[in-house]
Amino acid sequence: MHRFANPNQFLRIANPLLPWIAWLAALCIGGALYLGLFQAPPDYQQGETVRIMYVHVPSAWMALFVYASMAIASAMALIWRHPLGFLAAKASAPVGACFTVICLATGSLWGKPMWGTWWEWDARMTSVLILRFLYIGYMALVDAFDEPTRGQRAASILALVGAVNVPIIKFSVDWWNTLHQPASVVRLDGPAIHPSMLWPLLIMAVGFTAFYFAILIVRLRSEIASTKIRNIRIGQVQA
Amino acid sequence: MEAITEFLAMGGYAPFVWPSYILAAVILAALLGLSLRDLRRNENTLKALRADRRSAAGDEEET
Repeated sequence: MHRFANPNQFLRIANPLLPWIAWLAALCIGGALYLGLFQAPPDYQQGETVRIMYVHVPSAWMALFVYASMAIASAMALIWRHPLGFLAAKASAPVGACFTVICLATGSLWGKPMWGTWWEWDARMTSVLILRFLYIGYMALVDAFDEPTRGQRAASILALVGAVNVPIIKFSVDWWNTLHQPASVVRLDGPAIHPSMLWPLLIMAVGFTAFYFAILIVRLRSEIASTKIRNIRIGQVQA
Repeated sequence: MEAITEFLAMGGYAPFVWPSYILAAVILAALLGLSLRDLRRNENTLKALRADRRSAAGDEEET
């Protein structure tokens, strides 16, 4: 892992990988759209609205996965002072925020016809809304200081403290009464969902994950370039 | 033609299904576009700064 902490070393490995990851994302998302919209059957209770699931559920998984990655990167950055850890967390935050917005909006669009309401202040929805505020708080904090290292430290601590929300979201449907249905894919006794619906869901999740890594590499390259720009300018001022 | 109309109608749930897909597509496309724009901007700035520094170093050698 320490080898990857060097930005130039990281770029040497990540740059050739980028086109492959981007193609994987495009193929998986395209394939999942085809399967989800044309091949999967309508649900016996929810009819065609069940197709919202192929966007909603993978975005929800990504919202949690990206946050967990951000928290781990922040922890590594705080403990071992990896320069790339902070940048990886900072580059991840907007991606996670986007997936959280997609999750909330599509959930609303699914809730209206099926539950009769756009929004309910119950455990699952409220905890995902808090996740969204955590992402926004992180992005605001990381740029709030003149000296980047202070913002990075403060934001990393926020990311770590906010990580308690991740298991709360996952288990909120078991711990509290909620309108939201319980887990049907990630369960101890196997998925309770038909393969014709499970495949588009999983392929979309793989596509979204590849999309996240592609954006992560692009944003990390941008952050590394921005750090170098800053160092050159500081050098110019001192000279 | 009828098959297309029926598909687009989504069993009467078109106003909920299609906005979900369109919204997700727009948000992810915007994220991709903005990320690429930032990258291009930063890499161009970096290239320009490095070119300046090199020419400045060259000037010093000449004098």
